[in-house]
Amino acid sequence: MRNAFIRGLTALAERDRRVVLLTGDLGFKIFDDFAARFPGRFYNAGVAEANMIGVAAGLALGGLKPFAYSIVPFATLRCLEQIRNDICYQEAPVTVVGVGGGYSYGANGPTHHALEDIAVMRCLPNMTVVCPGDPLEAELATLAAGLHAGPLYLRLGRAGDAAVHIPPLSFSIGRAIVVREGRGCALIATGSALPVGVAAADRLAIEGIDCRVVSMHTVKPLDEALLRGCVKECGALFTIEEHSLIGGLGSAVGEWLAANGIGCLLRSYGASDRFAHLCGGQEYLRRREALTADVIAASVRDALKEWVRC
Amino acid sequence: MAAADSVKERAQAIRAKIVRMAHAGKTPHVASALSCADVMAALYFNVLRIDPAAPQDEGRDRFILSKGHGCMALYAALAERGFFPAGILDEYARDGGRLAEHPAPHCVPGVEAATGSLGHGLSLGAGLALAAKIRQYSYRVFVLLSDAECAEGSVWEAALFASAQGLDNLVVVVDYNKYSAMGATSPYLEPLMEKWKAFGWSCLEIDGHRVDDIIAALSRVPFEPSQPSAVIAHTVKGKGVSFMENDLEWHYRPPNEHDLTRALDEIEGRQP
Repeated sequence: MRNAFIRGLTALAERDRRVVLLTGDLGFKIFDDFAARFPGRFYNAGVAEANMIGVAAGLALGGLKPFAYSIVPFATLRCLEQIRNDICYQEAPVTVVGVGGGYSYGANGPTHHALEDIAVMRCLPNMTVVCPGDPLEAELATLAAGLHAGPLYLRLGRAGDAAVHIPPLSFSIGRAIVVREGRGCALIATGSALPVGVAAADRLAIEGIDCRVVSMHTVKPLDEALLRGCVKECGALFTIEEHSLIGGLGSAVGEWLAANGIGCLLRSYGASDRFAHLCGGQEYLRRREALTADVIAASVRDALKEWVRC
Repeated sequence: MAAADSVKERAQAIRAKIVRMAHAGKTPHVASALSCADVMAALYFNVLRIDPAAPQDEGRDRFILSKGHGCMALYAALAERGFFPAGILDEYARDGGRLAEHPAPHCVPGVEAATGSLGHGLSLGAGLALAAKIRQYSYRVFVLLSDAECAEGSVWEAALFASAQGLDNLVVVVDYNKYSAMGATSPYLEPLMEKWKAFGWSCLEIDGHRVDDIIAALSRVPFEPSQPSAVIAHTVKGKGVSFMENDLEWHYRPPNEHDLTRALDEIEGRQP
């Protein structure tokens, strides 16, 4: 998704002179082409994320359209108050770009894991939260972020994320994408968990359960119309995210059901409330948190059976 | 551009507004606002290239009050300079009013940034200064920091960034009133000017209550080409009201009716 982001940003910068890219000293070589092509519009702000975010807000107050890039925890948590006060409170049109959603930086350890960012960004007033599900979504989300008038958090995977969509794809912020039609249940995934959702649906299809697969790339605001359709036509919702079960997509969907008095089956898959003390890559850490297609498919099947019985 | 004598009168008018607001709003921080009144008067009546009739003009100089708790001085200066009718000052710290105890975004014309949490203003200012370079505007950005605020790490992140980018259109004034909320700042800040110099800034040290010196310093920026400028303004917390000077009580206590009368007598030069 990282390269897709840069492709999108380059296209955006070609047509919008206000686009400026800041990085917190991350992205060795990948921004070289951007920097060469757009002199004076790329800045390495150094390992100083709080200042980078404040500068980005100042650039926005000065009429520019900044994107501020770092690895998720450094782009969101290290400088949280700057995001809250300087960007969100002032409604500054800054896009905060976090690379490495979920366990993308697996073996780097929990300091680099991104499991709380959606929860934290989601509760900030004026903030829009977008977590593309594959590289094509990431490229289109970047273009859409350039046209967005307010603060936005863009949560990327890393490199080598699986492609889910075949171009052309229509993408709008706040409008979820139905990846596959089905009425047996709805698998609603966000970010890097989308390919896991698609693979789980493949396994369930073999067992005769036809799942609707949804890419809920925008976690805030939720696509409520689409959710309503899922409840009505599928009856059961399963959310999948590479993020803590506290405060992410599953929580957002649960809050929406409760606030609207809608009763339906909801089960959420995500990371449990703990740090990964053992070392491991993304696949290992996903397995450890039962975030794999096999485990999710089995759980969905059991939940649907259980649900019909009661 | 007003002459120094008239700027001094404006500073006293700003002080009178400050003590009235603190009294009516029953708010703390009156001494923090008083310590920067002379700098604010110099900025708004001499230094800043601004037009109250065109507060959104793209080429205007920007002023950011990073020490947001000193906002009575900002509101008073803006009203005094004609950015909005002085009657709006009555809304300070009132339910449903526009003027909070820390400035909200776009609360009134002339307020450029929302501040309140310390250590944010210099990064915002650096961003605005960089935007001027990118967009080829000649405006300058002035950021007023408190001395205690210089303990925030983000101030020094911003200081490094600004000098690395050669932001000679960025000016810091440190309102060095020697007090934080709990005690003296000098023991951990000194040598303060050397710190700014070490971060690549060109610096001047002045008496932050001598209007002529403030104007002289701020009219000379940038002090060196391709460098941001820092003015260490030595001030007195509570300056202008004798019983508020150098007394941390007045970081917290709102003036009562009696305090207000005494303060206004001093500010407006009446014999008690």
